[in-house]
Amino acid sequence: MKKLDFKRGRIDLTHGAGGRAAAQLVAELFRAQFDNAWLSAANDGACFAVPAGRMVMATDSHVVSPLFFPGGDIGSLSVHGTINDVAMMGAKPLYLAAGFILEEGLPLADLRRVVESMARAARDAGVAIVTGDTKVVEQGSGDGVFVTTTGVGVVPPGVGPSAERAQPGDRVIVSGTLGDHGVAIMSQRENLGFATALESDSAALHGLVEAMLAVAPDIHCLRDPTRGGLATALNELASQSGVGMVIDEAALPIRTEVAGACELLGLDPLYVANEGKLVAICAEEDAARVLAAMRAHPLGRAAAIAGTVVEDARRFVQMETSFGGRRVVDWLVGEQLPRIC
Amino acid sequence: MCLAIPARVVELLPDETARVEVGGVRKECSLALVDGVAVGDYVVLHVGYAIQRLDAAEAERTLALFAEAGLAA
Amino acid sequence: MKYIDEFRNGATARKLAQAIAREADPGRRYHIMEFCGGHTHAIARYGIADLLPANVRLIHGPGCPVCVLPVGRIDAAIALALEHRAILCSYGDTLRVPASEQLSLMKAKARGADIRMIYAASDCLKIAAGNPGRVVVFFAIGFETTTPPTAVVIQQAERAGAPNFSVFCNHVLTPSAINHILESPEVRAYGTVPLDAFIGPAHVSTIIGSQPYEFFAEEYEKPVVIAGFEPLDVLQAVLMIVRQLNDGRAEVENEFTRAVTREGNAKAKRLVAEVFELRRSFEWRGLGEVPYSALKIKERYRRFDAEARFGIGTRSVPDHKACECGAILRGVKRPEDCKLFATACTPENPMGSCMVSSEGACAAHYSYGRFRSRAA
Repeated sequence: MKKLDFKRGRIDLTHGAGGRAAAQLVAELFRAQFDNAWLSAANDGACFAVPAGRMVMATDSHVVSPLFFPGGDIGSLSVHGTINDVAMMGAKPLYLAAGFILEEGLPLADLRRVVESMARAARDAGVAIVTGDTKVVEQGSGDGVFVTTTGVGVVPPGVGPSAERAQPGDRVIVSGTLGDHGVAIMSQRENLGFATALESDSAALHGLVEAMLAVAPDIHCLRDPTRGGLATALNELASQSGVGMVIDEAALPIRTEVAGACELLGLDPLYVANEGKLVAICAEEDAARVLAAMRAHPLGRAAAIAGTVVEDARRFVQMETSFGGRRVVDWLVGEQLPRIC
Repeated sequence: MCLAIPARVVELLPDETARVEVGGVRKECSLALVDGVAVGDYVVLHVGYAIQRLDAAEAERTLALFAEAGLAA
Repeated sequence: MKYIDEFRNGATARKLAQAIAREADPGRRYHIMEFCGGHTHAIARYGIADLLPANVRLIHGPGCPVCVLPVGRIDAAIALALEHRAILCSYGDTLRVPASEQLSLMKAKARGADIRMIYAASDCLKIAAGNPGRVVVFFAIGFETTTPPTAVVIQQAERAGAPNFSVFCNHVLTPSAINHILESPEVRAYGTVPLDAFIGPAHVSTIIGSQPYEFFAEEYEKPVVIAGFEPLDVLQAVLMIVRQLNDGRAEVENEFTRAVTREGNAKAKRLVAEVFELRRSFEWRGLGEVPYSALKIKERYRRFDAEARFGIGTRSVPDHKACECGAILRGVKRPEDCKLFATACTPENPMGSCMVSSEGACAAHYSYGRFRSRAA
């Protein structure tokens, strides 16, 4: 069979049909890029030993459009996203599975770019993509590529962050600047044509989490504020834990460009997605140590204590504005759209 | 009806448009509603159009007024 | 960010608030209405109400053009997309407003309507040029700030040809809104709503200038202070109003001198006058029919008028019987006075104009002020 034409070739329905074309795609693209013993064995699944302990599994589907944006693409995003979900459970990520739904007509060049990016992200994170699947849908049914990644990891003993563990008196810590990813994405969309120096913050956070757990194994909550931003993550945690929170607006790290872009569009950075940040809730006595460990790590240099957990039967997340007033930071209503009014 | 933002004009472009900047973010906008805009001017930007030029002297005067209100015993 | 950050300084805000507290006469109340969506937002977002003394009360008027857009007009826009298969271009604010039959522009999109969110009016022309085989309609809304861009676009369309482009015009006028509120029975005759003064809208005033408000100050003897968009502007304007009321003055003052002059933007006004003319009457959601309060496209530009082109006849669609938006928009009632507030009527499921956009009085109160109950 002729080799795949990555310059001019396109995905067609045979690539998902399970026959020779599909096998060739797996061999010449996925196996070649992800390159490990499990994939080379070409079985239906991957078999691996796990260390003793509790396992964590997480899954994420990625439907981002555009596929390529400053600072990343759907490939790196899908690897980082699931690694982060596993890490937010306090677990060390071990293996990933990747399922692809490809749109008929997708240029092979684009697909290869995505897969290369995934391979690189996985390698840099020390995690292998050991099994996967490919299907092709008719043209018009998808945004080019949809990727679903599933990850597994193991939680060390003594570690167990969970959404219902926030307690009054705990501190809320964010790992860095907010809103970078969402604004980077929006800068690419056709309608909102502005050029910024901004890149998505998409990153694998398991190393940062490991550093934090090393100084404070009993962190109460970890969450990555993706869709819906920090506000959504905090509302979820407050709701699960049956507590309230008070956040200090002045303490939130937000880049000037992100603030500027949000001003231009009428968006609130608190609700804009992040893909390389986390929020941690820990006991007051652990906060200084955790913060120091974060700041010592390349992905946590701008970490800051954002606020405190309080008693509140209404489970409100409130914010002290720079004015000394207070406002409720509520759940997001629908999808945040740019306002003119 | 109101979301408008002060933005600095960094470049004049053909067809009555300009490139403006807010907090390091650049965007193109229309100058069709304001005459005599120069690079370095600040304009009030609303839905992609400059609707007025910002008077720097008046801005300073207003800020001084705020400060003064705070001092009066 | 220059001209933004300085006008949000917290320390200065507290000093201004102290000045207001010092100068407000404890023996009287001050009821100040603002009707600029940006002001509603700033007041809510920065918790300005928290800084004011209890006897200075801010009332949210009908400053949100999305909120006052009647349901029937949104129905018509949806019909343009679903039945006439037009590409319907709309600002983001309007997409989620619930219309009849459980639809909104967003939900109509899920049913196959080609609804495109645009950020600037000029985007519509690009879409029209890029889709010569399709009909493209711009769902134009907004007060006087947003009207000039529509005028520019219609004139550009005429120069370019643009045979597939038209505008569904829903532009409304601010002074009419104020007048209608002041003329409403509650205020005029019964004195139920003590409205003492107005904070004039920021960006509408950059276009129309401060001159149009002089009529209100004189005729109704109420001070009007035009305030900038930032929280310090609002606080300064409140201080200026308190001073006027204490002095017994009723003048138009301009706090937003960096962008507003008495005349406003003559070029923008001229362009608007070239393209639009007054409608005799127009329905405002929550306020009913308001005379000479809205614009329609002039005869010369008729081929760009979607209402003429598609024969749009709008039905008046009443709001829920228990909806108190009409009273809330006039400051007669507050959000929490409405039976539907935060129960049947929420930002996710808005039943009336005040909850529909984040600038509406009810939406702002729900998001920001709900947990605080302030004595009147």
